[in-house]
Amino acid sequence: MSALEAFRRQLVWDRLIAAVEEQAQTLIRTAFSPSTREAGDLSAGVFDRQGRMLAQAVTGTPGHVNAMALAVGHFLRAHPADTLRPGDVLMTNDPWMGSGHLHDFTVVTPAFHRGALVALFAATVHVVDIGGLGVGVESRDVFQEGFYIPISFVLRQGEADATLFRLLRANVREPDQVEGDLHSLVASNQAGADRLVAMLEEFGLDDLQAVGDRIVADSRAAMLRALADAPHGTWHSALTMDGVDTSIPLRCALTIAADGITVDFAGTAGQSPFGINVPKCYTEAYTGYAVRCVIGSEVPNNAGSLSVVRVLAPEGTIVNALKPAPVTARHMVGQMLPDLVFGALAQAFPDRVPAEGTSALWNLRLSGGIGTPGVAAAAFADARPFTITSFNTGGAGARPGLDGLHATAFPSGVRNVPLEITEAMTPLVFWRKALRDGSGGAGQWRGGDGQVVEIAHRRGEPFALNATFERVAHAARGRAGGQDGALGVVRLGSGRLLSGKGRQVIPAGERLVVEMPGGGGFGPPAARDPARVVRDVAEGRIDAAAAERLYGFNARESGR
Amino acid sequence: MSAAPRAAVDIGGTFTDIVVEWGAAQRVTAKVLTTYPNPEDGFMRGLGLALDRARLVPRDITAIIHGTTLATNALITRRGARTALLATEGFRDVLEIGHEGRFALYDLFIEKPEPLVPRPLRFEVAERIAVDGAVLRPLDEAALAALAPAIRASGAESLAICFLQAWADPQHEERAEAILAPLLPGLTITRAADVCAEIREYDRFSTACANAYVRPLVERYVAGLESALAEAGYRCPLLVVTSGGGMTTPEFAKRYPVRLIESGPAGGAVLAAEIAKAAGLDRVLSFDMGGTTAKICFITDGEAQHARGFEAARAHRFVKGSGLPLRIPVVEMVEIGAGGGSIARLDALGRLVVGPDSAASDPGPACYGRGGTRPTVTDADLVSGRVDAARFAGGSIALDVPAAEQALAAVGTPLGLRPPLAAAAIAEVVEETMAAAARVHAAEGGHDTGGCTMIAFGGAAPLHAARVAEKLGIGHVLVPVGAGVGSAIGFLRAPVSFELALSWPQPLATLDMAELNARLTAMGHRALAAVRAATDAAVEEQRTALMRYRGQGHEIEVALPPGALSDRDRPALGDAFAEAYRRLYGRAIPHLAVEAMTWTVRVRTVPVPPARLAAPPPAIAEAPVAGAREFLDPLTGREVPIRLVERAALLPGSLATGPAALLEDETTTLVPAGWSATADAAGNLILTRGAA
Repeated sequence: MSALEAFRRQLVWDRLIAAVEEQAQTLIRTAFSPSTREAGDLSAGVFDRQGRMLAQAVTGTPGHVNAMALAVGHFLRAHPADTLRPGDVLMTNDPWMGSGHLHDFTVVTPAFHRGALVALFAATVHVVDIGGLGVGVESRDVFQEGFYIPISFVLRQGEADATLFRLLRANVREPDQVEGDLHSLVASNQAGADRLVAMLEEFGLDDLQAVGDRIVADSRAAMLRALADAPHGTWHSALTMDGVDTSIPLRCALTIAADGITVDFAGTAGQSPFGINVPKCYTEAYTGYAVRCVIGSEVPNNAGSLSVVRVLAPEGTIVNALKPAPVTARHMVGQMLPDLVFGALAQAFPDRVPAEGTSALWNLRLSGGIGTPGVAAAAFADARPFTITSFNTGGAGARPGLDGLHATAFPSGVRNVPLEITEAMTPLVFWRKALRDGSGGAGQWRGGDGQVVEIAHRRGEPFALNATFERVAHAARGRAGGQDGALGVVRLGSGRLLSGKGRQVIPAGERLVVEMPGGGGFGPPAARDPARVVRDVAEGRIDAAAAERLYGFNARESGR
Repeated sequence: MSAAPRAAVDIGGTFTDIVVEWGAAQRVTAKVLTTYPNPEDGFMRGLGLALDRARLVPRDITAIIHGTTLATNALITRRGARTALLATEGFRDVLEIGHEGRFALYDLFIEKPEPLVPRPLRFEVAERIAVDGAVLRPLDEAALAALAPAIRASGAESLAICFLQAWADPQHEERAEAILAPLLPGLTITRAADVCAEIREYDRFSTACANAYVRPLVERYVAGLESALAEAGYRCPLLVVTSGGGMTTPEFAKRYPVRLIESGPAGGAVLAAEIAKAAGLDRVLSFDMGGTTAKICFITDGEAQHARGFEAARAHRFVKGSGLPLRIPVVEMVEIGAGGGSIARLDALGRLVVGPDSAASDPGPACYGRGGTRPTVTDADLVSGRVDAARFAGGSIALDVPAAEQALAAVGTPLGLRPPLAAAAIAEVVEETMAAAARVHAAEGGHDTGGCTMIAFGGAAPLHAARVAEKLGIGHVLVPVGAGVGSAIGFLRAPVSFELALSWPQPLATLDMAELNARLTAMGHRALAAVRAATDAAVEEQRTALMRYRGQGHEIEVALPPGALSDRDRPALGDAFAEAYRRLYGRAIPHLAVEAMTWTVRVRTVPVPPARLAAPPPAIAEAPVAGAREFLDPLTGREVPIRLVERAALLPGSLATGPAALLEDETTTLVPAGWSATADAAGNLILTRGAA
């Protein structure tokens, strides 16, 4: 291949990446679900006719990284490429084929050029409702979780399937928004397809075959180069989650070899009776994400770069739950997987991997008014019901060479809902939102501090918390001699402790106090630069007593 | 264009541009290096130079319009005042907690921007206003007074008072200022609800702290400038350009200096909007490419797109979410790390990428011979023959071609591309990068680039504009005369303007129209007073509502009809929102409740309709060809002979058929194959694809 030919293929590759970024941007602006909009909980990608993913947009949450790459294969097995026609559009929300729960719609659109199918565009968004019990741990099987759509035609040769739309509208609480999201998925795929066809014309190409081969080969080669420099061997890691009614052990063995990385989850807990199980596609997503944060993070996502990471998970474990397991809150376990994988990677790359952090989000799901459990309807008969979710988080793990980030989401990239907006939508009042001093684990590099939030009902009425909090019983652990972060605490203003899981009532006149966990520290506290300890004290992150106890630092003796 | 002489001064990071206009169409320009640390020195020297060229004296000038990067740079380099924060008890960390998100998904080692107020300077006092303005907890005045010594001892020069929900009722913020001001003489006090009366605590606190942070600096600068001008014999008013593309008085600039951020690029957008109006172009993409960045902005029906927010001083260059959010009226544009100084390199996969790192003016591109060794877009433009070494910047900088070729080898050799081909490839990649950013920006705003006319200005734009246009499906490019000082010319077209926003969340269904009218009227009076401080000219008022479907996270701007509103306007407001929503997103959602979160009022002087720009006469002859040069097409590798045409020889009625290069002292305009160039009577270049 001439140098020029190689350069031309690069341009086509760049253009494919640009096309899926544009496709994703359109979805972010048009989606209704807050997690899509605020957390970038969506995905967009382009595939060749064999179903190899060639480019994927970089969006806000890792939950789609690998799941989408596998999804298109399922579509092509159900509807082989040579049976698809221009104007066809397919979809599914199958948790085991898409991205792990029924709320995620995946839509696939074939693109045609000069009479032949040259590519498929896929996009996923989290819809605002799918019927069933809603997102939470309460479901006992997937059938309680809502409307289940196997791979189906949305459009067949341009003709919408009216029956599908009628069934969908009849089975969800917000039919206009859900149908709207489905339309925007279809439109954004079409925009991608149009962009691709124009590009093939511009570059005078018949298909994506040669370009696709280069993308896959170059990306795989780049990952293998990264592995060639890495230590080879197998490392083990274990982590215990709080779980719902009982704690959940997670285990993995990570093997780095010249030809790839294998992560094996053998030894991990079995399926849970609650809706926190994870279909394997979603386990692959968070595992692949964790590995790629440490190895080859510059290489774009595609079939070539992803082929280097292999995930093994025994069937029937919580990380490879089988239908009809309940899966709607699968992100709770999924968001802990990077910490588990980091535990193994840290042994191979001691200077690249952070300590554990809060990891699973501390979202405040609050509701009130008539219908609040344990509230006599008569007592607050005029109380208009409300429900609201505010995305929040504790501290992140300390990094080798850097303190952990305070109150910052990881691995999710979610942004919070301003508390003034929450107050505008509900009768709730926030009385505190402050960093939780001293909650980050001590270390040469401090773990990120969590935060404290205090909330009351403006008229003193009771309201309810639907808790899905982790790290109330099992702290974010420090690394390399760093100390653990503080445990999360959920309590009433008057002191009574609440549970980290489940629906609980904040009684009339009480305040809800949520103290979010701190991240783990990195390196021995004794190695912390005294100047940093002085600054920690000056800024009120730790007090003088803690400086002496944790860091052996005495302000008077040191003369500062 | 007014008959009386007016001057515009645009202080940028590298150059200070001056334009003086008078009479029917008389104009002189000057360009001097920006002087650090006292940019007013360059201002005065450059202005004097322009006046000499125009044979005018200071007394002749009737207005000076000024835009500066001073506030922007103070934020980026963190050289503002030592600033304290006074917050509602329990909320001083709002400034540090921010949005709780991460701006780079795969980077485990990101650092968030340091808050402008360090934690020991963040004070708290007991008080609380509810979202509807009710007092939930009275201001603890005794405790506040007792804080004064600690605030003084902190060494703060400036203070931001930021109370929760104070936009709903600023009485506690006002009372706190009244208590502290006499106790802390010499301290500059900014009230958050005065700078930004909008809901969303972090964004408002961030805006207020940025205002407080740059305020002492801007106050000193503007005061110094006023006295320097008076001393030099200028008798005219000084007006300052804002980020929204309007002008305001020095007094308002000193009180709301955060509104001066990004005024230079706003001036460019004003110029593009003016040209769009003059030429009768309803859909325009403005493309401003300079030494460090390129700016792209959509202009619809002669108005630049406006927005209510901006992110300043990004910790990671150009990465969304890594900067400080500011809620101020701005011209909506996307800024890309792509300019003449952008550096080319190979990524982990051996792919050629350009920017966002820039060699800036120091050391500058390798061809400047000032120690730069890394290949830049300017080096590529030189080696590929786009730029004539002898005529660059009028011959004032001698360009070193061998140095540029050597730098290009760093990326060319591993790719197997010899220097001229590597150069062509770099140009292609930077053009691809800008086109991709324009497409995403279009998708964000619901625009379509196809069918737009591109208006291209800034030093590097004419070299790359046509190829970027081609990638965006644009077939018309207009390169205005004076493209190199576009922002300063834009300043002279800016209206005097002031905009206010006030949050008042209301469901449309139960919106109290009488209350709304009262609020809008009060805002109108305030905005008008700000404009009247500068001018007696006729004004117009524009009012909008920021509306959304209930529960959504973002609002869209909907124009309100003029005059008092009544219940009869309610359905029309709903329809206007649905229509705006459909325009942006392709569809509206029936049956969903609609709410308005924030209301805005803008008062500005009525823009003088620009003289209609006559279309260029039909071209009947090729302009004389001054020579020929070989160009490499990066896609085919073939050498293409291109015509060299003197820009001055391209008179109305003649044309240059591409591939051609139009040469002049400041820059070169490239006319690709399949395009042709003509000129109109005003001297603007018009590039058209598919015409011969």
